Amino acid sequence: MTKKKLMLGNEAMARGLVENGCAVATSYPGTPASEILGAVSALQKRHGLSMHTQWAVNEKVAFEIAYAGSMSGLRTSVSMKQVGLNVASDPLMSAAYMGTRGGFVIISADDPGPHSSQTEQDSRMMAMMAKIPVLDPDSPAQAKDMIALAYELSEKFEIPVMLRPTTRVCHSRQDIVGKAIAETQNLPDFQKDPTRWAATPKFRFQLHTQLEKKLAGMAAYEKTAPVCLNPEAAGKKALVVSGVVAAHAKEIFSQLDLWKTIPVYQVLQPFPLHEKFTEQILAAHEDILVIEETTGVIEMQLAHRQHVKGKINRSVPRVGELAPEIVEKVIRKFAGIEQELIEPLQVPGRRPTLCAGCPHRASFFAIKKAAPRAIYTSDIGCYTLGINLGAVDTVLCMGAAISQAAGFYHVYKNQTKRPDIVATIGDSTFFHAGLPALIDAVSQNVHFVLLILDNRTTAMTGNQPTPASGWGVGSEPLVVVDIEKLVKGCGIDFVRTADPYKLDTFIPLVREAVIYSRKNGPAVVIARHPCLLDRLHPDPSAGRVKVEITDDCDGCKYCIDHFECPALVLDEENECVRIDTALCSDCGVCVHVCPKKAIQPVT
Amino acid sequence: MNSSIRQQIVISGVGGQGVLFVTRLLAEAAIDKGLAVFTSETHGMAQRGGTVLSHLKVGSFASPLIRPMQADGLLVLKMENIARHYFFLKKKGWIVVNHSGEDMDNMANPVYSVNADSLAAKIDDPRAVNLIMLGYAMAVISKTGDQSTLFCSIGEIRSVLKKRLAARPEMLGPALDALEAGYASQRV
Repeated sequence: MTKKKLMLGNEAMARGLVENGCAVATSYPGTPASEILGAVSALQKRHGLSMHTQWAVNEKVAFEIAYAGSMSGLRTSVSMKQVGLNVASDPLMSAAYMGTRGGFVIISADDPGPHSSQTEQDSRMMAMMAKIPVLDPDSPAQAKDMIALAYELSEKFEIPVMLRPTTRVCHSRQDIVGKAIAETQNLPDFQKDPTRWAATPKFRFQLHTQLEKKLAGMAAYEKTAPVCLNPEAAGKKALVVSGVVAAHAKEIFSQLDLWKTIPVYQVLQPFPLHEKFTEQILAAHEDILVIEETTGVIEMQLAHRQHVKGKINRSVPRVGELAPEIVEKVIRKFAGIEQELIEPLQVPGRRPTLCAGCPHRASFFAIKKAAPRAIYTSDIGCYTLGINLGAVDTVLCMGAAISQAAGFYHVYKNQTKRPDIVATIGDSTFFHAGLPALIDAVSQNVHFVLLILDNRTTAMTGNQPTPASGWGVGSEPLVVVDIEKLVKGCGIDFVRTADPYKLDTFIPLVREAVIYSRKNGPAVVIARHPCLLDRLHPDPSAGRVKVEITDDCDGCKYCIDHFECPALVLDEENECVRIDTALCSDCGVCVHVCPKKAIQPVT
Repeated sequence: MNSSIRQQIVISGVGGQGVLFVTRLLAEAAIDKGLAVFTSETHGMAQRGGTVLSHLKVGSFASPLIRPMQADGLLVLKMENIARHYFFLKKKGWIVVNHSGEDMDNMANPVYSVNADSLAAKIDDPRAVNLIMLGYAMAVISKTGDQSTLFCSIGEIRSVLKKRLAARPEMLGPALDALEAGYASQRV
């Protein structure tokens, strides 16, 4: 147990949960938080723990399941990415009032940059709005330690506690020593108390009053107080840091030899900020710089604006990740040792693409063929990359492909020329937030085509199962929820399931759906073909059709521009396309793409 | 164990090349030697064929990220990434690159290039570029003098590979072969 292991930040937090007797762990996958639950499940298996682990249909459901465990006196946790917390914000705001019995940790992973998200929002602001405490780790090791602290805080003050790692904590690896795994001996013990667990507004007022008392207590709680990293330093200036910025600042302070000059305070609990700390730092220093990601949460609680620099007065960039070179620049300016620094080259990287052999590519190609001038609403997942094929016009948030399709239909329905509307949504996203929108579209008889891109998995985040998979986070068998039945149950009459790999029949099917939708109302095509990346559940039909480029290829680039498969490469010298055999998955779909019939199966 | 070792290496390529796997092997080799280690990775959408970059910091560090002009070396699995990630390198930092074209004598840094794609084709394992490059780096960097000697040896990488792939013997043989192919290539 004392051996050091290389742990991903997300694995470190998982280890922390299991070491501290977590009895229920739930999640919905989302970068950068996706690996937490899988790691909990792996530890559960290895140590034969009787805890409950599950992927939930969405973050709200995940939250509510874990919260009921806490109401029953057990330690529980829910993990998600920051925009997932938006979905779970309804139970979050209410649970803050009702409080907890067993410790309840909400891990909400932020993504400054953003690297793989639609916003750079700061979950600590959500903690502030909900009036719950939030801890801000600087490394995988500290994230693991903070799980123990979060449970302690949660049980001491009977309140949900948020742990807010960022991408650089979640997706860094560090050598970490695991402690003993402690399975909880506690048994579920839900005690009825309607004035608390089913509180009406009158009692909510009382709960709110209690919540404020809890907050005052946490703002004085010794163990989560800010830490001065160099008490020997003194002066007018002081630096306040939290999260991974603190880690960057530590290295920069060593390199610039500033440890003796400027006191550095690391904030562990950005909200509620400790009152004694606030008073002391404002009394002791006249020039305080706060560097934190992503919003000035600590900064806004340090009330003396004339003494405090940070995001609010624009000393620190408000947008983007605070990369270490940016932190260095800000610190140098603050310390009066400015110097020309090398700026990272802003050479655009390769744009992400759908994998060679991705069934979504075939679906998008078919959509473009069947409804070339339609409005294409889409959603969150790998298939957002359908943008490269010109088959994605909108991506708002989980489930919006369907509701926005409805919105476009309603605004155009009284026009003489109505555009076709084709929505695309992944199987996991459909379950997550697409269903209510589909029910709405049925009831309003929205004329549109919905393609459910059913690749049997939650691909973008690392192939987690969906309710249609029939297995759970630990590959345990679960009940299969049938997408087709579900769609029919919503009241859709036109429901067809087909394999998009078979483009010769798939394009006419989408065309039929488009024509149906113009006359009648909603039509649904379930485009079913498994994701090639799902190694645990490989596609039995994959890798069948080896293809070659014949002499008929004249380098017209049609396949490259309209199919955009990374395995099709333009050979500019010879004015023809060639196949990158290292990337080609032998899906054979491109045979149906070439207008010159120059891509042929190898016979 | 040498507690004064501090090395920062940037490893770059594109999604699917196995940048993360190489990073992981090096990181575990560091742990086996009792050294502290940080790595930082790209996940999510960028993994879908986009540029993939990882940072490896061996020794006493607090931050998982490498700042510009701090890296001791750059291991480049896709040639085009040199321009993109050169700014990480120290003045005399080494570059090991998967490269098929002209010599790259015009750079101020020590550059070691090998055509890993063709070596991979030769051993009939097109996905082995990452391990070929690692093997090649182990060979050339250990021979450039004290300053830039890697913190670990080819033998230590071999034993990490054996541990990691212990449960998948069908993958271990080809992996070791690829590592060896890269290591041996610089003698030719």
